[in-house]
Amino acid sequence: MEELKKVIVPIGPYHPLLEEPEYFQLFCDGEEVVDVEWIAGYNHRGIEKLAESKHWDQVTFLVERICGICSTSHPFAYCNAVEDLAQIEIPERAKYIRSIIGELERLHSHLLWIGLAGHFLGYNTVFMWAWKYREGILDMFEMITGNRNHYAMFRIGGVRRNIEDEDIPILKKTLSEVEGKIKMLTEAVIDDPVLSARLKGVGILNKEDIKNYGAVGPIARASGVDIDVRKDDPYAAYNLVDWKMITTNNGDVFDKAVVRLLECFESIKIINQSLDRIKGTKGEIWKEVREIPKGEGIGRHEAPRGEVFHYIRSDGRASSPIRHKIRAPSYVNIPTFKASCIGETISDVCIILAGVDPCYCCTERIAVYDKEKKKKVYSFEDLVKKSIEKTEKIKKEIGKESKLWKKLF
Amino acid sequence: MNLKLKALKKSLWVYHVSAGSCNNCDIEILDLLTPRFDVERFGIVLVGSPRHADVLLCTGIVNKKCVERVKEVYEQTPKPCVVVAIGACACSGGIFRDGYQMAGPLNKIIPVDVYIPGCPPKPEAIIAGIVKFLKEIK
Ligand code: SF4
Repeated sequence: MEELKKVIVPIGPYHPLLEEPEYFQLFCDGEEVVDVEWIAGYNHRGIEKLAESKHWDQVTFLVERICGICSTSHPFAYCNAVEDLAQIEIPERAKYIRSIIGELERLHSHLLWIGLAGHFLGYNTVFMWAWKYREGILDMFEMITGNRNHYAMFRIGGVRRNIEDEDIPILKKTLSEVEGKIKMLTEAVIDDPVLSARLKGVGILNKEDIKNYGAVGPIARASGVDIDVRKDDPYAAYNLVDWKMITTNNGDVFDKAVVRLLECFESIKIINQSLDRIKGTKGEIWKEVREIPKGEGIGRHEAPRGEVFHYIRSDGRASSPIRHKIRAPSYVNIPTFKASCIGETISDVCIILAGVDPCYCCTERIAVYDKEKKKKVYSFEDLVKKSIEKTEKIKKEIGKESKLWKKLF
Repeated sequence: MNLKLKALKKSLWVYHVSAGSCNNCDIEILDLLTPRFDVERFGIVLVGSPRHADVLLCTGIVNKKCVERVKEVYEQTPKPCVVVAIGACACSGGIFRDGYQMAGPLNKIIPVDVYIPGCPPKPEAIIAGIVKFLKEIK
């Protein structure tokens, strides 16, 4: 690759649709992608170091601000870690409330992904509708926690706020409305011949790849690897309610979408059961924690994108952790593009990268190096455009769309 | 009133810069475009290049790697350009104020006209902030 003359045109370092700065370089031979490179660090805020200067209770708020989409996953894993260290058993009601918040977050995150994926494929209606349905879930959050994002719901030893009985019927009603919409969306996606032509067999990751890269979450489950912390190492209320893990076998982008859509229904199941259990009961929602003893603890949580892992060490005297290590799922998921993008065409790369849902948001720009012409540069917008063009072409070739789309829109 | 300012008030074209944020503020900005808030009704459009922008919406603490980028983007915008700092991070550094990567807050790097605090500010708050500003320049 060295002999290629590198020319980078700064088109949209910040694309409006993408949030977190990441930087991909594609090396191409004609239409075919031969290598991919990734540079990150535009979002580094030094959180692990900051955690060492904050009080145990403040760290919950700090880790919440690692990521806006999974803003409950990190406090969840952090609290699990501290409770593991101090051997705290949290009250049962708190367990249910924790699960409810965790699953609501999965719902909003998956809907957000479906919207973005729709946009990348040229189905802008899907983008708008998915985000519209997502508002319902944000309303539920606002009702329970007082904020649309960054809920500040978790504390060491339990949760901060109760879910009141009089809120439960409204929550359930909103949830069943959202469920109906997701059902329509799912049927439409599975039924649509254009989407099948566009997504099936694209960006395949097989079981081997998943194991080699250590990938987690929906993209592992889409390849038939059944890992899910909620099942493998149950915490909160996940072993008290009935739900099942979704896996599929093909590992292509289509399966990743299907896994995410079907997971939404499992989340709804968990939330409904949890709401039923806490309805009409009373109980503590948190336990007083006075001291964090010396030792180390680990905590895990299945975030929408896979396993989040927090490690905590305390010396028993300081009022803050002396070491806090965080491992987020996208960190292991993103490098899988080496296995999934190489050999594919440029127009598919956009959706393959998006298929990982790399919490990814700000693919600042993508430079494409053409082996022959030496210096051809595409912006991410061009890639989206290419992707949309391909969908249009397939639409024309197939000549029909799913009837369900018409019903839906 | 100067002609440019008058034109500026008609249809705002905004460009979104995320400089070391937790991306929640960014999602709320995107939310403004989707059906519930739909700011395109008022002629507010997100554009793909700073060269077309009347308004820069900046989020995040501006970390050390981003500083040059943010300056570059600001220099590329045609003036007068309104810079809006969105979120506690961009306004003051928020919870990351003491971090070693902190190079901001934003007003240390580029001149800021509007501050919209909140973590993240609700979409309604962002709209209210912009409206207040427009009234101010009348
Ligand atoms: S102000 Fe809050 S929501 Fe916005 S980027 Fe900063 S931490 Fe995230």
